[in-house]
Amino acid sequence: MDAGFLANLAILVLAGFVGFAVISKVPNTLHTPLMSGTNAIHGIVLLGGIIVLGLGGAELSPLSKVLLVIAIVFGTINVVGGFLVTDRMLGMFKGKRS
Amino acid sequence: MTTLVTVLYIVAFGMFIYGLMGLTGPQTAVRGNLIAAAGMAVALIATLLIPGMSNWVLILIGVAIGTLLGVPSARRVEMTAIPQMVALFNGVGGGAVALIAWVEFRDGDGYLAEPMYFVVASLFSVIVGSVSFWGSLIAFGKLQEILPGRPIGLGRAQSALNGVLLLAAVVLAVVIGAGGTSELLIIGVLVLAAALGVMVVLPIGGADMPVVISLLNAFTGLSAAATGLALDNTAMIVAGMIVGASGTILTNLMATAMNRSIPAIVAGGFGGGGVAVGSSDDGVDRTVVSTSAADAAIQLAYANQVIVVPGYGMAVAQAQHAVKDMAKVLEGKGVEVKYAIHPVAGRMPGHMNVLLAEADVPYEQLKEMDDINDEFGRTDVTLVIGANDVTNPAARSDPNSPIFGMPILDVDQSHAVIVLKRSMKSGFAGIDNPLFYDKKTSMLFGDAKASVAAVTEELKSL
Repeated sequence: MDAGFLANLAILVLAGFVGFAVISKVPNTLHTPLMSGTNAIHGIVLLGGIIVLGLGGAELSPLSKVLLVIAIVFGTINVVGGFLVTDRMLGMFKGKRS
Repeated sequence: MTTLVTVLYIVAFGMFIYGLMGLTGPQTAVRGNLIAAAGMAVALIATLLIPGMSNWVLILIGVAIGTLLGVPSARRVEMTAIPQMVALFNGVGGGAVALIAWVEFRDGDGYLAEPMYFVVASLFSVIVGSVSFWGSLIAFGKLQEILPGRPIGLGRAQSALNGVLLLAAVVLAVVIGAGGTSELLIIGVLVLAAALGVMVVLPIGGADMPVVISLLNAFTGLSAAATGLALDNTAMIVAGMIVGASGTILTNLMATAMNRSIPAIVAGGFGGGGVAVGSSDDGVDRTVVSTSAADAAIQLAYANQVIVVPGYGMAVAQAQHAVKDMAKVLEGKGVEVKYAIHPVAGRMPGHMNVLLAEADVPYEQLKEMDDINDEFGRTDVTLVIGANDVTNPAARSDPNSPIFGMPILDVDQSHAVIVLKRSMKSGFAGIDNPLFYDKKTSMLFGDAKASVAAVTEELKSL
């Protein structure tokens, strides 16, 4: 077994538990922003598109390049849109502290 | 990958986790979201610093187009439309995952040269990413009402068909894992998973949609983590997994709030399709008392306590500001006003809170179901604004009702109920609501915003 893979697998398992631990006590009130915020975080797949396109160099076929650009577009929409929408929503909760 | 890149990735996922911790409380949430977003910027910069990167122009074009599409839609979206926006953002994330795995396949000679873990992770990404993309698009279509909200399905044959689709996709994936290099194989997996995503979400009724979005969110997270494994990218692994885990928790919380199991929801057919809707009510006295804005205003003005129960109808009518104005007038007359928020009111958990917060309703007046259910007994008037299924007493009393057992707001225990509703049409779940025929219930028909504004005018002139 690849040692790098095993290390990554360990990180994966630990991150799963961190996720559980962090989210287990959220008030219902914040479920919508939380869902939209986590939604933005998985937009990190954007990096995957950039890595494959960037390291693929000139050997990538034109169709592969097109597919990867689409993947980057998708990932960027996910990240940028997700964080913005969450910020807008949370801005409405803010300032409600009387 | 250089040490610098690795360190930056560690900084990035630390920021994700810290930011997410902030998202769990209203005071720290804005900052939490910004920290997570900054973490994303760090991860992006780190990625661009990986030695040997090329195709800069294409990368730039992709990011630019994505930003141009993402920013305006996030800026302009109405708060009422948040659920479908989240579904859409989620879908494109899943789509990106599937596309990346596809390119990895066609770009190398299949997955032949790759280690086993890469193959397994990539195939997982292809299937789950494609399911998530198409499933989210269908969810978007339903919430946006491009597609009908009621379940569309084949009844009993549905589960069997879904099983066959999943099995076929997995079989093709195994062929690829065993060394298949034909591009048709991976396209086959993509198409089968796409069909599965469509077929799973189509039969799901609108009322269950929030759960589905949350589940698909978790799926996209897991597929991002799998892509991270394949690409040896720790930031992606951590980010994907925390989303996967938190999405799972949210999905579970919601399913519990509706007293439904996740498999039952995914199996679909809720609110229609085979279930006898409202049949047990037949033969009972079914007259409805309708009221006027003036009468409703008098009723409200002489109450000690009024509880407002908002639902999706309030969102559709954009009535949250009008409701806030009315509450202000009532408070001026010494009436105590509270808001009872059902965990799945609206089409997303917490959706009502967002809308009422938008209208500047104080956070303290928004009560969760468990905190307020005891109070209905000593409430003079409950004002139901565009909510239906979450107030349906059949959930407590009628074992034949499809929503039997779902925890509801005990609206029927207050002394009087005024229901604001557009028409007698049944709710999103398509179930009849005995509350409307209750003797102490009066109905105020019309657009919620106009009705509330009319009541407010009457209140002012009292």
